[in-house]
Amino acid sequence: MQGLVPTATDGNMATEFHNLQELRHSASLANKVFIQRDYSEGTTCKFQTKFPSELESRIERTLFEDTVKTLNNYYAEAEKIGGQSYLEGCLACATAYLIFLCMETRYEKVLKKIAKYIQEQNEKIYAPRGLLITDPIERGMRVIEISIYEDRGSSGSSSGSSSVSGSTAR
Amino acid sequence: MKNCEYQQIDPRALSVSPLSVQSHTEKKEQRPRRKWEVFPGKNRFFCDGRIILARQSGVLPLTLGLIVVTCGLFFAFDCPFLVEHLTIFIPVIGGVLFVFVVTSLLRTSFTDPGILPRATPDEAADIERQIDTSGSSTYRPPPRTKEILINQQVVKLKYCFTCKMFRPPRTSHCSLCDNCVERFDHHCPWVGNCVGKRNYRFFYSFIISLSFLTSFIFGCVITHITLRSQAGKSLVQAIQESPASIVELVICFFSIWSILGLSGFHTYLVASNLTTNEDIKGSWSSKRGAEESGNPYSYNSIITNCCVTLCGPMPPSLIDRRGFVPPDEAIPAASVSEIELPPFTTKNDANMCTQSTKDVLERMIRSSSDFNGLCPPGTPKTTPLVLDVSSAAAPTAEPSSPPAGCSRQHPHRHAPCPPFSRSNKSDSLHSINPAFRLASPSPSLSRTTLILGDAPDIGFNQLH
Repeated sequence: MQGLVPTATDGNMATEFHNLQELRHSASLANKVFIQRDYSEGTTCKFQTKFPSELESRIERTLFEDTVKTLNNYYAEAEKIGGQSYLEGCLACATAYLIFLCMETRYEKVLKKIAKYIQEQNEKIYAPRGLLITDPIERGMRVIEISIYEDRGSSGSSSGSSSVSGSTAR
Repeated sequence: MKNCEYQQIDPRALSVSPLSVQSHTEKKEQRPRRKWEVFPGKNRFFCDGRIILARQSGVLPLTLGLIVVTCGLFFAFDCPFLVEHLTIFIPVIGGVLFVFVVTSLLRTSFTDPGILPRATPDEAADIERQIDTSGSSTYRPPPRTKEILINQQVVKLKYCFTCKMFRPPRTSHCSLCDNCVERFDHHCPWVGNCVGKRNYRFFYSFIISLSFLTSFIFGCVITHITLRSQAGKSLVQAIQESPASIVELVICFFSIWSILGLSGFHTYLVASNLTTNEDIKGSWSSKRGAEESGNPYSYNSIITNCCVTLCGPMPPSLIDRRGFVPPDEAIPAASVSEIELPPFTTKNDANMCTQSTKDVLERMIRSSSDFNGLCPPGTPKTTPLVLDVSSAAAPTAEPSSPPAGCSRQHPHRHAPCPPFSRSNKSDSLHSINPAFRLASPSPSLSRTTLILGDAPDIGFNQLH
């Protein structure tokens, strides 16, 4: 079926599109791991660096810890209380908080940096290993959600989804 | 090309509608809904999600009315006399204070106090799995508390059954608003909203400026009546000449006690980095004799505590009111991997096998980087768009056209999508396929490649 040849050279994106549709079965979501918050230093945003057992076979411990530590540093930077944040707060108070209509807060700026960092990490490190990190802001800053995808296509394993009729023809 | 095959896709697999190229009319039938429309708490939203209020805001008009009426009477009846006999600065100061009071009040009322979004079903399941280690098949509600150490002090985290998560420290569930609110102080009926982490500074500036305003008006009115009665008239005569002053006097007299008391109380709370909730419950008072249970959040310095509470960084709103609901949220997560393959895929197994997960993920991420200003419609609508975009410019970051329904021929414009908030891209990509949660990196993209039109939205978000 021409429509489903999964080559980029085909040029017919209808094919690629349908591949994506079906390839969800070769890239199906197997599990999700949630990295919880670490409250040992108070209510500041910090995530636990404990390496979850589900990821042991998927990614190196150091890479994972690096990611979480960098994220923690970003959040610490956003919530840092010091000269600049006081200045921002006092200025905001003096202008009856109307300044927030024009200016982006430091927190928002850091959140953008975090989003960029997470996307970069996903592209370089996690997606090649069949993992995906969800930005914590999407989950109310409660957890870092890491989705684990089962690679059924290349390994040929059924990964428990016996209803996939396609797999029978392999 | 067997185009007819496209129609045979099992609608259940795609969760909404057949996988044909969507027409404009179909798009209009399924209007994308914003998250505030499906918000589970008892809040009311205005201006398409920009303004948030508690359900019962009955007393807010009264508060506003009292303030406006008192100030109005003051400016109309007392100021002319006082300007004449004293100084022009009296109405100026009064005006400045009035503006501060009203601005703070409205910001307190309309700002998201720090509502925590409820846990996603996956998260809730994960928490329950962690707790229920016995593996019994019968459902047991999770234990209510979890103990953690904060600054070497034991703090109990409670499990919230409504929001299905362990509440972070200092978070409490407001029954009136049916939300968990971070750093929950109290639910103020006068303000018509909860007071929490994000609007505590507005609330504090409201009560402080209101104390100044009421004291100022009280003082001015007394001065006014005194001056009038000194000019050879009796007190009763002076009052008869200016009856509005008595009204103001009464209002101010009764409110001063409560407002000044509240200001003093909250100043104490700010200085010791406590919340009303904690103070009332006595969470950190040294009840247990030997054990030293001080406040683990205090910085042990009054100035630092004040600065942190009032001038600290302003956290963002976590509930993302104006984002679009990803259409795949209706699908239970558990069924994702068990979805039956659409019939026509049996013919394409060979092709399927050749593609690995990694390629898929990488391609999705690459194609997500092509999205700019993608407006999220219903589920499969973006799927043609995905392929359109990928076909057009996989290597480049060319902006994509507006969503399906809008065909490829449309010029690449950012314009249609400015009002959408940061989550729109994630939603659109989520809509491609529930299994492809890998679409979720796109929110990061949406933050970095935000179209210019979003800027006002960012600013607006700060209002809340």
